[in-house]
Amino acid sequence: MDNIIKVLIAKPGLDGHDRGAKVIARGLKEAGMEVVYTGLRQTPEQIVRSAIQEDVDVIGLSILSGAHSYLFPEIMNRLKKADRSDVVVIAGGIIPEDDHKKLKELGIKAIFQPGTPISKIVDFIENEVQK
Amino acid sequence: MVDNIDQLYADIQRGNENTIAKAISMVEDGTKDAVKLMKKVYRNIEPAYLVGISGPPGSGKSTITQSIVQLWRKENIKVAIIAIDPTSHFSGGALLGDRIRMDKISTDQGVFIRSMATRGSLGGLNSSIYDTVLIFSLAGFEYIIIETVGVGQNEIDIVKLADTTIFVTVPEAGDEIQAYKAGLMEVGDIFVVNKADRPKSKQMVLTIEQLVSFREDKNIWMPPVLATNALKEEGITDIKKRINDHHIYLQENDLLQKNRREVIRAQMINLMEKKLNEKYISPILKDQKFFKHIELICKKKEDPYSVVNELLLL
Amino acid sequence: MSKEDIDKLYKEWKNNKFDKTAQRFGERKKEFKSDSNRTVKPLYSPLDIKDLDYTNKISFPGDYPFTRGVYPTMYRSKLWTMRQYAGFGNAKETNRRFRYLLEQGQTGLSVAFDLPTQIGYDSDYPLARGEVGKVGVAIDTLADMELLFDQIPLDEVSTSMTINSPASILLAMYKVVAEKQGVSSEKLAGTIQNDILKEYIARGTYIFPPEPSLRIITDIFDYCSKEMPRFNTISISGYHIREAGSDAIQELAFTIADGIEYVKAAVDIGMDVDEFAPRLSFFFNAQMDLFEEIAKFRAARRLWAEIMEERFKAQKAKSKMLRFHTQTAGSALTAQQPMNNIMRVTLQALSAVLGGTQSLHTNSYDEAMGLPTEDSVKIALRTQQLIAHETGAADTIDPLAGSYYIESRTDHLVKEARQYIEKIDELGGMAQAIETGYIQREIQENAYRLQKEIEKKDRVVVGVNEFIEEGEGKNNNLLKVDPTVEKEQIKELNNIKEKRDDKEVKDALTQIKKAAVNNNNLMYPIIKAVKAYATIGEISDALREEFGEYEAQYI
Repeated sequence: MDNIIKVLIAKPGLDGHDRGAKVIARGLKEAGMEVVYTGLRQTPEQIVRSAIQEDVDVIGLSILSGAHSYLFPEIMNRLKKADRSDVVVIAGGIIPEDDHKKLKELGIKAIFQPGTPISKIVDFIENEVQK
Repeated sequence: MVDNIDQLYADIQRGNENTIAKAISMVEDGTKDAVKLMKKVYRNIEPAYLVGISGPPGSGKSTITQSIVQLWRKENIKVAIIAIDPTSHFSGGALLGDRIRMDKISTDQGVFIRSMATRGSLGGLNSSIYDTVLIFSLAGFEYIIIETVGVGQNEIDIVKLADTTIFVTVPEAGDEIQAYKAGLMEVGDIFVVNKADRPKSKQMVLTIEQLVSFREDKNIWMPPVLATNALKEEGITDIKKRINDHHIYLQENDLLQKNRREVIRAQMINLMEKKLNEKYISPILKDQKFFKHIELICKKKEDPYSVVNELLLL
Repeated sequence: MSKEDIDKLYKEWKNNKFDKTAQRFGERKKEFKSDSNRTVKPLYSPLDIKDLDYTNKISFPGDYPFTRGVYPTMYRSKLWTMRQYAGFGNAKETNRRFRYLLEQGQTGLSVAFDLPTQIGYDSDYPLARGEVGKVGVAIDTLADMELLFDQIPLDEVSTSMTINSPASILLAMYKVVAEKQGVSSEKLAGTIQNDILKEYIARGTYIFPPEPSLRIITDIFDYCSKEMPRFNTISISGYHIREAGSDAIQELAFTIADGIEYVKAAVDIGMDVDEFAPRLSFFFNAQMDLFEEIAKFRAARRLWAEIMEERFKAQKAKSKMLRFHTQTAGSALTAQQPMNNIMRVTLQALSAVLGGTQSLHTNSYDEAMGLPTEDSVKIALRTQQLIAHETGAADTIDPLAGSYYIESRTDHLVKEARQYIEKIDELGGMAQAIETGYIQREIQENAYRLQKEIEKKDRVVVGVNEFIEEGEGKNNNLLKVDPTVEKEQIKELNNIKEKRDDKEVKDALTQIKKAAVNNNNLMYPIIKAVKAYATIGEISDALREEFGEYEAQYI
């Protein structure tokens, strides 16, 4: 029986800086995960629907534009409405420390700053999904 | 663990997206519940019309898929897409990127997109793909598209599941096409030369037409070779029409059922291989004895023929 | 000493001294590599540049191929333009930051627009939610632009605008604002980024497919050559290619290849190369490998000059001069121990100055965590002033020329970039190379290599993988964009829409569509629409209808 972790890497909002998202996607793949990458300019609706259809264990959100304060609550609410709050949501990009607490209260499990090694993200995911 | 397979079945039938998605994961992971579910599905469900799309990377398959789906959606037809990407032999991971090119249909309530990795299990892939097709059929999708990258034997085996098989290529792929002709040309029902605004596209159409005309099975159906420009949505209605033509052709010649019997036959073989593998081969591979035999064969003290007979108790 | 003598002495030194000592004491690394993964030898000598012809390949400042600089006097006459990229919230707030920066001695403006503006959406468009005023200033209509440049004399300041797909709209607005200030178009100086190819490759703020996008660009070339002769019509940008993870060679090669594609497009529609080429400008990244970066800037000048001469038979010297803006690398900033970023920026800025940049933006140390504050921006500006006035780096022209290492790296970079450009030519030019995904894949490969090197500590980043302190990365002093900005911007937009003459707007938009179909220069109808207070969204939509939208194709 296979038990492969499936991850959705998504870029919500309008920012086009996808270096981080792509590097992470590749890193997770090389760590043996199946990674769905959805490309730029994804709305909360698109992200949540993709997560549901793909039945992912984890959603990784990458954002650098500062629009997280609007977009992340939207995504978390939609997940809740779809009865999929079990999906582990993590985030990365440029997200000021000040906002971390609020985002974690929404249910976002971890926020990774620039410079985080992929191995740390892999460990975190493997740990969370096993739980 | 699922408490009630009947409930699961009913939820899929109602089109509950969470349940459909979960059921596909069960099938992919090969759980016991998946077997229970599929037993019931096989006995009750006729598969929806299945279209396979394949072609080399960058040929515009996903964009074409999206455009065809948009046309079907205008007629309110529900469509499911299974987008398949290869699993890495090194890590066992996979990068599934086909959704990028399906942005326009990703929130359409009548469209379900599922990405799958090949996972490289012996025969297992095709059976889980076909099981997924049946799950989508149960959920009421009228058309199902299977999209694969590449034109190798694996991909050809996958698209063989389909009722109509489309091969997409680009004008520059001349040499590749020559190289692939053996496998690919024989199973394609529709050929598409995408990005036809580029030079060499007419030449490409001619090349394929010529290759197709050499086909050994002189069926009545002569595969059309279409020129499209998916980004500008040119030529898509033509593809849609030809799918329809091919569907009618299959029905009128009693070929649809014949093809599907072929698919079931292949499924049976897949399942048997999988079972044999699970039950007999896998345990042997994990056994220390197996490695000792390898050593002895290398030292010329044994030979593989005798050892295999011994191991399989033949 | 003859070359043979040097060669003999070098071999003696290498075998008898260097190798023996290195064997005894070892070397710090198994292999020394430049940022671009090229071997760095222990020593460079006259032998490394023995085939380099001074007159043809290096020459004098202001002389072809401009390796040593585009102007004869360089910084001895006029320092580079200190141009800090700024913009956030609404036009009024950004106008205040602009005036602050000018008061602090900044010599040019650089406008950052928010993402909805950059992608041609109005502030009330659904996808714009949460993005208004975030990474730059929100501009919906001419009214915002009037506020943005309020009390800033546009005949005295030069303005750079980071705008690509909607470049013609913002350029039109700038022209009209100047007109209202009583400044005529021919006096206007500045730059629009207007570089769509790198948006497909690296930055992501595209709207239209490549073909119509290139046409919008050549329309701007044509318009400016007639009406705004002092304005740089494009800023061909390697900056974002580097930020996306390329190395220095790729940055150089892909930027020049983009330039080739633009020149080709303009020549193809019948423009005379010497008519528009003098107004092309470039934009590079300054990363951490000090010497390789300096060599890169010098190589860029030589390569462009050679290509303009060889391929496009440019006659005017100005058509062959590569003038460029530099920004220090955003991706080199770390959230950990943010004060270290000040030193990083200093060294990067130094490379740009030693490389002969025409203008420079220095990043603020807190930008890995969010928008910079007024104080952090000031330190960044002071860094430039300090290099300019205290170090002497600006007092002699191209001071590192003749360094065996610098000259050898410069020459190698030109050669390696040329190999890439040849490959791109084989693929049918840059637009096609992008479409096949080749360029993006090359960059991604390198980005992944860099990440792996950092994780394996083959590449040390101070504070990130070495010299780590726990609990770093806190900075609670960041600039916050007022959350009411979005609401107020939308309110303002609605006000304008009520006040304007709708018929005039409608007519103007129809004119734009007509020009799009009939292949007439789009600038003229866009100026008309802007004057009627048509919004960026409306104008972009008119073009979307005719041109369609670009969809990303590759991972």
